[in-house]
Amino acid sequence: MTTEIDRQWTTRLRKRVVETLPPDKLLPDTQPAYVASWIYVFGVTTLAALAIVILTGCVLAMKGPLWWHLSGTGHFVNSLHLWSVEIFFFAMVIHLWGKFFMAAWRGGRQLTWITGVVLFLTSVGAGFTGYVSQTNYDSQWISTQAKDGINATGGGAFFNVLNLGQMLMWHIVLLPLAAVALTAVHVIYVRIKGVVPPFEEGK
Amino acid sequence: MGLTELFGAVFNLDHVGRYIHWGFIQLSVSNAIVIGLMIAIFIAALFLPFPGRRSRREGK
Amino acid sequence: MAKKAFNPDIDAPEYKGKYSPYDIIKEGTIAVVVVALLTVVLAVLFSSPDEKAVTIKSWSNATPMDFAATAMTELDGSSGTATYGPPYNNAATGQQVGPLTLAKWMGINVNVNTANDFVVAPLSTLADQPALTSALTTFASASSSRRANWEANYSKGLSSGSFSNGVLQVAAANAGPLPEMLGALTAMARSGALDQALVTQKGFYTTDYTKPLLFMADGSFLANKAQVQHLSGDQWGMMNETGSYPGQAWLWLYTMWYQVPPFSTSWGANADALVWAFMMLLTLLLALTPWIPGLRSIPRKVKVYRLIWREHYKNM
Repeated sequence: MTTEIDRQWTTRLRKRVVETLPPDKLLPDTQPAYVASWIYVFGVTTLAALAIVILTGCVLAMKGPLWWHLSGTGHFVNSLHLWSVEIFFFAMVIHLWGKFFMAAWRGGRQLTWITGVVLFLTSVGAGFTGYVSQTNYDSQWISTQAKDGINATGGGAFFNVLNLGQMLMWHIVLLPLAAVALTAVHVIYVRIKGVVPPFEEGK
Repeated sequence: MGLTELFGAVFNLDHVGRYIHWGFIQLSVSNAIVIGLMIAIFIAALFLPFPGRRSRREGK
Repeated sequence: MAKKAFNPDIDAPEYKGKYSPYDIIKEGTIAVVVVALLTVVLAVLFSSPDEKAVTIKSWSNATPMDFAATAMTELDGSSGTATYGPPYNNAATGQQVGPLTLAKWMGINVNVNTANDFVVAPLSTLADQPALTSALTTFASASSSRRANWEANYSKGLSSGSFSNGVLQVAAANAGPLPEMLGALTAMARSGALDQALVTQKGFYTTDYTKPLLFMADGSFLANKAQVQHLSGDQWGMMNETGSYPGQAWLWLYTMWYQVPPFSTSWGANADALVWAFMMLLTLLLALTPWIPGLRSIPRKVKVYRLIWREHYKNM
């Protein structure tokens, strides 16, 4: 017999969450034995790099967009931000190659694959808006070049790459939010479904 | 020593880079190094033995 | 419900084998520490590029004739921005993908009238210059054919003109108020006042650099600098960085299409739109790989997975 408490939205949501992702799936203590290759480290490396990118970005955000031109410390934090981004893309691309060759979408893992691809695009967008928000010659050149590509798609009508304020907002608010939310979905899906098992051989 | 010196680059990359021209392909040496490393590390990850899986072999 | 046939490219076999200990928190912690250390090492070794921004002041001081010639094209409506079309103005349809005029459909949302915004309006902010004020009045009250006549005469003179003693030296008969206007604009640019005037048209606070950037992009100062640094579109510049730093290497495929026919030849006029359309198609293929027969079988057929799971197969 269902009680009033059982029918509450909160109760139902909690039961649903715990059923889909019980704590031992969210934070597992064992892993299938086939997960034994260096190729598996690039997912977590990408995540770690994202954490450093966000952390260094937050330090830059605290002091404002021009700080890094004017202070040695600021320039160093900018260097940390740049190199963590390079590591982030580096690891993400190897992660993508690895997952492709494992056909990691098998067994109902398509959503993990798609969120991964969308995350890659979001990251390219975040990287791009970062480059045009640098407030130096590089951002002047990149924005005046990239405007033609974006305008050609019609996107220029609402996404003006020459508008620093707009690009900076996308770079430090909208795209990071999207990236973090998608990463959460991506990782949670990996935890729910587990790591894709090997192909069956000899059949 | 000021922070600027402390945080200055060991290798100064503030000069016009070298570029590889190969047919229609133009690539900066820095990008070529990054891409080359990516491929090398990918291949290394496939071939290098992964440590710490002794328990499984014992259990066999 | 009938069980569907097992498809090795879509379905995964059920795993009934062994499990090994796995410390996910420790793994994550190690990853963060390693990446943080590597980041610090790379930052200390290589730092990061920061090439100072160009200003209209630095442009017009370095190459005053290029500035004046560009300003003239903004006034007579022949510059890249003046003839751009959407989203800046009506002057053209913009690029298309076949019959699809995407830019035009989205409309003109970033209004730029180069003659007024880049020349006339900034000049009108200069106070206490009676000769300039009267030149602007003459220009404003002239018919468009009269203006076109002045502009043609002045452009001709400008192409063989020079800059010396801090002023434009242009021999142009019948150019009406243009010598006064272009002379004043060049002086204004060299003082740095034009940089300000272009961004403060909507008020004191500013975060929008559309106008000065478009103005500078119409000249050749910005582009010449880029050419030296290998940043031009035809130099695969999108993935390059100022100095010798690695750039956005992940844009290699996007920038590559601009170098190859037909994008670089017969499709050139609409290259941006077509490269974008093509990249979107490729991205869609990547995203939908799990559903595309043939594509989704590649991993099973190339057998790289045997390397990845070699321990697993050895133990079977």
